[in-house]
Amino acid sequence: MKEIILIKDGELALKGLNRRNFEDKMVASIRRRLKPLGKISITKSQSTIYIEPAEDSFDFEQALERMKLIFGIAAFSRACVCEKNMTDILSKAPIYLSDTMTSVKTFKVEAKRSDKTFPLTSPEISREVGAALLSAFPHLKVDVHNPDEIITVEIRDFAAYIRGSQIKGAGGLPVGTAGRAQVLISGGIDSPVAAYTMAKRGLVLNAIHFASPPYTSKRAELKVRTLLSKVARYSGTIKLAIVPFTEIQEEIGKHCPEDYFTLIMRRMMMRIACRVAERDGCLGLITGESLGQVASQTLPAIAATDEVCNMPVLRPLIGMDKEEIIAISKKIDAFETSILPYEDCCTVFTPKHPHTKPKAGQCETAEKGLDIEALIERAINGIEYSFIE
Amino acid sequence: MNNFVYLDNSATTKPCREAIENINSALCDCWANPSSLYELGLDAQLLIDDARDAAARMLHCRSDEIYFTSGGTEGNNTALLGAAYARRKRGNRIVTTTIEHPSVLETVSRLEREGFEVVYLSPDSSGKISADVLAAAVNDKTILVSIMLVNNETGAIQPVCDAATAIRTANAPALLHCDAVQAFGKLPINVSALGVDLLTISAHKIHGPKGVGALYIKKGITVHPLLTGGGQEKGMRSGTEAVPLICGLKGAIDALPDINVSLQKQKVLCDYARKTLCDTGLVTINSADDCLPYILNISVLGYRSETLLHFLESRGVFVSSGSACAKGKGSYVLREMGLDSKRVDSALRISFSRYSTKQDVDILCNEIIAATQKLRRSN
Repeated sequence: MKEIILIKDGELALKGLNRRNFEDKMVASIRRRLKPLGKISITKSQSTIYIEPAEDSFDFEQALERMKLIFGIAAFSRACVCEKNMTDILSKAPIYLSDTMTSVKTFKVEAKRSDKTFPLTSPEISREVGAALLSAFPHLKVDVHNPDEIITVEIRDFAAYIRGSQIKGAGGLPVGTAGRAQVLISGGIDSPVAAYTMAKRGLVLNAIHFASPPYTSKRAELKVRTLLSKVARYSGTIKLAIVPFTEIQEEIGKHCPEDYFTLIMRRMMMRIACRVAERDGCLGLITGESLGQVASQTLPAIAATDEVCNMPVLRPLIGMDKEEIIAISKKIDAFETSILPYEDCCTVFTPKHPHTKPKAGQCETAEKGLDIEALIERAINGIEYSFIE
Repeated sequence: MNNFVYLDNSATTKPCREAIENINSALCDCWANPSSLYELGLDAQLLIDDARDAAARMLHCRSDEIYFTSGGTEGNNTALLGAAYARRKRGNRIVTTTIEHPSVLETVSRLEREGFEVVYLSPDSSGKISADVLAAAVNDKTILVSIMLVNNETGAIQPVCDAATAIRTANAPALLHCDAVQAFGKLPINVSALGVDLLTISAHKIHGPKGVGALYIKKGITVHPLLTGGGQEKGMRSGTEAVPLICGLKGAIDALPDINVSLQKQKVLCDYARKTLCDTGLVTINSADDCLPYILNISVLGYRSETLLHFLESRGVFVSSGSACAKGKGSYVLREMGLDSKRVDSALRISFSRYSTKQDVDILCNEIIAATQKLRRSN
């Protein structure tokens, strides 16, 4: 049976005058994601978007899986294509809907006609299709108020479509409608979740990772790539910058007081991240910080890192509990990878008693022994870029 | 992958020419199924028989007491599960050590969950299990004792004979299993002298291929098979025989020089390594003096194992930090020996092969010195 995918107007996260732009970006996402599966045609007609495979070899199940990853779609449906006559509709409906109908107890049928020349009225269409389903599935009962399942039959210009309930989409706003931001990715549980959460609000992602060989290994870097590829399934291609951070960590170790190590390290990371973000066309940074999770994530500590940054720092997890974060991590299939035990730079030079509530100016004093500009320049010059898909 | 100093031979070894040639020739010229009735099958069968004879000669046992496996892990699993299930009615107690390889510990742990009583013996500070501790643990309800011959992390040689004595003295209905994966080809092994009923060996620790090993099962001992099916290896290990790999094992065995001569040479090299490393003033030796000289466990106090490992790696020297299986955890073996966390966290395992040279030791030494000069000390 020929199937198509439909997205109704109300299922797009649309915003007034931006509607056209959002819709275009979303359609572009759909085209990009489904292209590898075969030729499709995407048409808009009367507040519905139709996605039709052009060839029989199209992997429909795969297409549905990919549709679920596209931001901007709250829900979508799969529908069976029928010829515009009751014979075809009535013969296909029970077969197409068989899985759904056998698993529910009550239903109702709604019909819509955009072609008013069709011989039956909408109520008549509903009655006939309803009757056909009742006779094919005797256990069913009609409930017009609160049915388990609503079947919709639409008569359009060139075909008729039968569909059941909608499939939940990824929600959020289409990728690219909010601009570009750079996520600081560490390989832990939090940063990939932060990346996903912000991509969901329409941001295209760049990523930046700080590597400190030989204190951190290639395995840690591979872990970051794997995590980003999980996020990329939703966000699209991510440009990754890997910054050589060993010299900076060692210099901090030599010239700064021990209890400030973590704070100064994070300030250096922020400085570098800001410059790279600006250079690469990003409007803000994203981190996975959550308040109070580790010593460096107190408000004064966050203030100390924001101090050296001149662009917005988005912290989508700031108010979330670990369990909530883990739930999202599992949803995007990142959790198993995140908990692999490869050292990341944040844990290598941990002070015994980290300073958790730095006062204004204290960090600056602690950093005095560093040639900050030179260190930053060398680190940025050593960046290696790659693309994660 | 060949221009560097490889000192991680307890993890795996570089396959030798003889092994590779055997594997190649079996793959190209003798690929029939050994169970097939026509002559091509028989030719393959004969190759396996030759390998079996070679293994039997090494262990001083009969050829019909050798069963080929996919390696040390399968050998240990078969021995432990097979023996425990076979002797279930005679008793419920299993005695082993806390320093066994994970393939023994995990399997014994599984038996524990299935209702067996398991006693884990800890080593003394030299890394060895003592005869007294063994004697105290084995009683007349004991049906299985498993003790390795050489520990893979420290090289400590365990008193397998004392385990046999303990079994006899207690009149225990116990089978004695020995994981000899690290010892095979390095220490002379005579299964009767050791007093074992079951013994595991593996090819890839003696310059053979990965994926093959053997299990010695004393004639007359009943062991339930792990893999059932076509009945190969007299029903003990079903599955079409991995002819090329088994031929690789034979090649590796054939290529072994005289064990005692090698052992002597290795002792000289290991003593040189101990001295040179100690002279740097930066290294503490964890392996006791009487450990197998192919393995040397050290600590570079103040520097984390993994950091040292990666630094050495970037200079072309390869060692391991704890067991290769552990991937980042500190060594449980060293902890069992009573070493404090400073030593455990900075431990490196150096493991030599018959190809290791004094020059390798010198390079290792220099690079350890370089590491301490360049790297930041950990807390």
